[in-house]
Amino acid sequence: MSGQFNVSSSPHIRSKTTTANLMLCVVLALLPTTAFGVYNFGIQALGVILITVGSAVFTEYLYQKLMHKKVTICDFSAVVTGLLLALNLPPTAPWWMCVLGSVFAILIVKQLFGGLGQNFMNPALAARCFLLISFTGRMTTFVYNDAVTSPTPLAALKSGENINLKNMFIGNISGTIGETSVIAILIGAIFLLTMGVIHIRIPLTYIVTFIIFLVLFSGHGVDVNYIAAHLCGGGLMLGAWFMATDYVTAPITPKGQILYGVCLGMLTGIIRLFSGSAEGVSYAIIISNLLVPLIEKITIPKPFGKGGER
Amino acid sequence: MNKCVERLYNGIIKENPTFVLMLGMCPTLAVTTSAINGVGMGLTTTVVLVMSNMLISMLRKIIPDSVRMPAFIVIVASFVTIVQFLLEGFVPVLYDALGLYIPLIVVNCIILGRAESYASKNPVLPSIFDGIGMGLGFTIGLTSIGIVREVIGAGKIFGFRVMPVSYEPITIFILAPGAFLVLAGLVALQNKIKSNAKKEGKEVVESNCGEGCASCSNHSCQGRIFPVESDK
Repeated sequence: MSGQFNVSSSPHIRSKTTTANLMLCVVLALLPTTAFGVYNFGIQALGVILITVGSAVFTEYLYQKLMHKKVTICDFSAVVTGLLLALNLPPTAPWWMCVLGSVFAILIVKQLFGGLGQNFMNPALAARCFLLISFTGRMTTFVYNDAVTSPTPLAALKSGENINLKNMFIGNISGTIGETSVIAILIGAIFLLTMGVIHIRIPLTYIVTFIIFLVLFSGHGVDVNYIAAHLCGGGLMLGAWFMATDYVTAPITPKGQILYGVCLGMLTGIIRLFSGSAEGVSYAIIISNLLVPLIEKITIPKPFGKGGER
Repeated sequence: MNKCVERLYNGIIKENPTFVLMLGMCPTLAVTTSAINGVGMGLTTTVVLVMSNMLISMLRKIIPDSVRMPAFIVIVASFVTIVQFLLEGFVPVLYDALGLYIPLIVVNCIILGRAESYASKNPVLPSIFDGIGMGLGFTIGLTSIGIVREVIGAGKIFGFRVMPVSYEPITIFILAPGAFLVLAGLVALQNKIKSNAKKEGKEVVESNCGEGCASCSNHSCQGRIFPVESDK
């Protein structure tokens, strides 16, 4: 009899998934984008990525050591934050800007609010916006092919110039390190979807809402080229698949995720079409991050059997 | 401790309006884009605070309790108007920099708070010193926030360049978000220093009841005494 009965309290069924597994999946999914960024922008981009990831991990380690907390750099969440931040920086970013961004992301946005799972907005995007506001010139000057400064496709689109859709899809354009190649991002996204790491709800509602917004308000109507250019240009794809789906800062209720996607699509549309700047994905995502507690509050699912009340 | 000196200590250190009471956040966050603005706003508020504390304390037996708020507001607003005209006439640069926030001193909660919780219950002299203490505490708070923001956000202190020319200012610090970051940082620093002082056994009064019920604006305790929780 002894040893036959294993008595324990719930939960009885445990998943093998750990934080480290999930984060590693995200890193793997980001690899095509990262590799393409390095291929597209050269060794300079690799430097930016290494410095950003390195300083993000080091900041987390140092903070947790100094605060006598459990050091959690082995769960790869700091790596993901650093990598996402690097993909959101222009390849010409100087080293101190990368370090400053990483420290802001990890120390102020993540650790001071309680570490992984407690941050109220996406650390990488918050740091990007911090840098964007502080060093607007450096963050929006994109040099491509060692040539003169070239505008990003979105900026060109806004000022009414012609753009090359095929290059935008493949990624032979100027922009931040990770946002240029739609195809590399989609490969990573499909990997995440098949692994079950992310659900398609948020990205799909985000993109669909954005398309509807463009059709209604851009003044171009159902112009496939225009819509495709907006989808492939800027950080929309990277944001929709990798940053809007961040577990910590996205709603957990299914209805809430749909609402969140709609908010994201509308905010991105409003900022891209009606504001002074060409790009609005990062602002849209961090503003929506702040709405998440409210969204979750109004979308709590009813337990089975509670429907008949009232 | 002498009552007047005690009031100064209370305003500057113990109940610093910016870092401890967290009062008057609107001007604190809005005008501290540079150190000189912080000093200007702080001193302007100090003048109004001292004058209004003095007058309200003088009139405390005349003002009927039921209309004390309108009466306080009228007194404060009169002084703010006088100060506003003086600034406009003699320091137009500061007047332009502070802009809308000068008339808004009327509704600054430090001034009404001191009138309600101290000046309306205490004699004239301590009330004046209460105003000076609180005003200086506010000035110190605003100036230190202004200095940090100006150094990081513009590389200067009081308009003089202190950072090397190669330093690139982090512009966000002279914009609105920077105000919150710097305020939070300084409050954390201040709490750290106080908790360190407490560990070393120095006397740091934790409870706001240190003054007794006369100066306390929290009436929910109704004069009962509660034990103050000690930290671990």
